[in-house]
This record gives sequence, structure tokens and C-alpha cells, in this order.
Amino acid sequence: MTKAQVLDVSVWRGGVSGEFVAYRVPRHDNQTVLDVVTYIQRHLDPTLSYRFACRVGVCGSCAMTVNGSPKWTCRTHVERVANGHRLSLSPLRNLPVIKDLVVDMRTFFTKWRRARGYFISAGTREDAFARVRPDSAQRRQADKGIECINCAVCYAACDVVSWKPDYLGPAALNRVWTLINDARDEHRDLHLAAVASDDGCLGCHGQQACLQHCPMGLNPAAGIAGLKRTVALAALRGEL
Amino acid sequence: MRRHSSYWAFAVHRASGLLLGIFLPIHLWVLSTIITGASDSSGSLDWANNPWVKFGEGGVAMLLAAHLTGGLRLLAIEFLPWGDWQKTAIAVACGVSLMIALSYLLRAF
Repeated sequence: MTKAQVLDVSVWRGGVSGEFVAYRVPRHDNQTVLDVVTYIQRHLDPTLSYRFACRVGVCGSCAMTVNGSPKWTCRTHVERVANGHRLSLSPLRNLPVIKDLVVDMRTFFTKWRRARGYFISAGTREDAFARVRPDSAQRRQADKGIECINCAVCYAACDVVSWKPDYLGPAALNRVWTLINDARDEHRDLHLAAVASDDGCLGCHGQQACLQHCPMGLNPAAGIAGLKRTVALAALRGEL
Repeated sequence: MRRHSSYWAFAVHRASGLLLGIFLPIHLWVLSTIITGASDSSGSLDWANNPWVKFGEGGVAMLLAAHLTGGLRLLAIEFLPWGDWQKTAIAVACGVSLMIALSYLLRAF
């Protein structure tokens, strides 16, 4: 194989301590980073650990650090990210490494719970369907953030998470913003109280790495700014 | 990962804040010693007339302006509806800061 037909791939092997191991992978047109990792595991080293499920940008499980930036790998073409013929793959930042390219996502999801990033309603299945106008201002705000796939790319890209390990992170805060704008949710106060702190929306420094990296094109930074605004108004009204 | 304008805006805001935090106590201390007559005021004023010190003061004016405009940008992001004017706001903040620093230097010389 000529140089142009081969990718030189460095892959993180090990846990917290480990090293980059070099592999040579045949290069193809329309090859995704996930294809590269799969090739390594199936043809070069079956002990390589990585995570994936859907392969089509829905499940959010295949994210890793590609040439220094967090990305979903199933829809990231090698052509767009390779540094010449070189590719460097490592686990997502800001999350504990289990093995190779697999991180422990527990902290990420625990923070969603801490942020009360879940729907709260006293309604039952006996109640009629809630009528929500899709063109209402509130619903439009919620719609902008609801397509999050929990891939943790924004969480890995955020420097504030690195500096303050208790910071809830962009994904959880974005989720809370959608709930605060959900007319059916009955506890806006509980959601707001959960994020009105330095570990919540007030800790954001507005670096907007979440906006730059979100593979779904969402804007958690706008949601966090909305939360700050809502928290400030609630505090002025004495509701917090 | 950090190669985007919003990160640079954050970095400038943070660095200018820290540098001003160092400068302002020194500045206030010099002023107080002059006002209370604790030091030879003419000596301090001579020192302040040094061109390099004037350039330094221009830099401080720039830091102050950058911190002020960066802070206004943050307030706009957080209290106004989100818009596509983010990069414009950063460019305006840079332009205004530079203009203030140059105006200071023009007046100082």
C-alpha cells in the first residue's frame, strides 16, 4: 500500500495510565472514524475496547477525542479530520477512563439527575393530552434543545467541567432549559433551584465550546444564558 | 478545541481582569501617597512622564476598555435574546478597546 492509501492511527491503550499505540489502517473513500476503530479491532487487535451502537448518529455512544477534539465518530469522516494521513484517537476528556476508548459515563448522567433534568408532572394516564401550541414562544425555545443525544461531546469540550468537577455541564443544563420551557412540566421552581448555583448555570464562563462542538448543532450556551436570565428574574421576584 | 472567537473573548476578559487586579491596588497606593504627601509628588510625576510609562498606561487603558466591553458583551449574551451577532460583538469590543487605548496615547503625548 502506498502512503496515500494508508492511515497512521495512534490509539490510546490502557486506562488512566497507558500509552498511544500505532496502527496502520487502509484508507478508503467515505471512511468514518468509527470504521477505522472497527477495522483495528476486527483485523489488527481484538482486545481494543470502544463503544458504539447505532452507527447513524442517533444513540450518542461512539464519541471520543479525534485529533484533539471531541467528536461523534460514526458520522465523522476521516477526510474531514485527518491531519494528512495521521489520526489520533483517545477517550473523551472530563470522564474517567475505563479501558482504551471507553469512558465511565456515570458522572455525566448523575449530573443530569442532580440538575433535575427530568420531566416532573402530577398528571396521570387518565388525564387528557396536554395541548401545546408548537408555534408558541416557549415551545420554540424548548424545541431548539430537545434533540440532545447524550453523547457527552459538549461535556468533554467544556473547560469549566475540567476546572470545576462538580459543574453540571452543558448537556444537563440544556436539558433543564428545555424543561423550564415545557408547558406540561409542573415544577419549574424545582428545576430552577437545582441549577441556580456556581455548580449550575452561574458557573458558565461563556466560552461556548459546547456550541462549537455539538454534533447535533444544538446551542447549549444559549440555553445556559436563558437559565441565567430566568434565575436572575426569579431571584429579583424573591422566588429563589 | 479552543480555537474559536468566543474562547478568545473569554481569555482576554479573564487576563485583563487579573492584570487590572494587580495594577489597580498599585495605582491607588501611588495616588494615595501623592494625595497625602507621604512621598515626593514631583518625583512620582517625573516618573509618570517617562514615555515608556505612558505606553504602559496606554496598555492599562486598553485592558480596562477590553474588560469593560467584554463584560458588556457577556451581559448582552445573558440578558438579551440569543442572536447571530456574537462575532460582531467581539469585533466591536476589540475595536472600541483599541480606539480608547489609542485616544489615551494621543492625549498622553
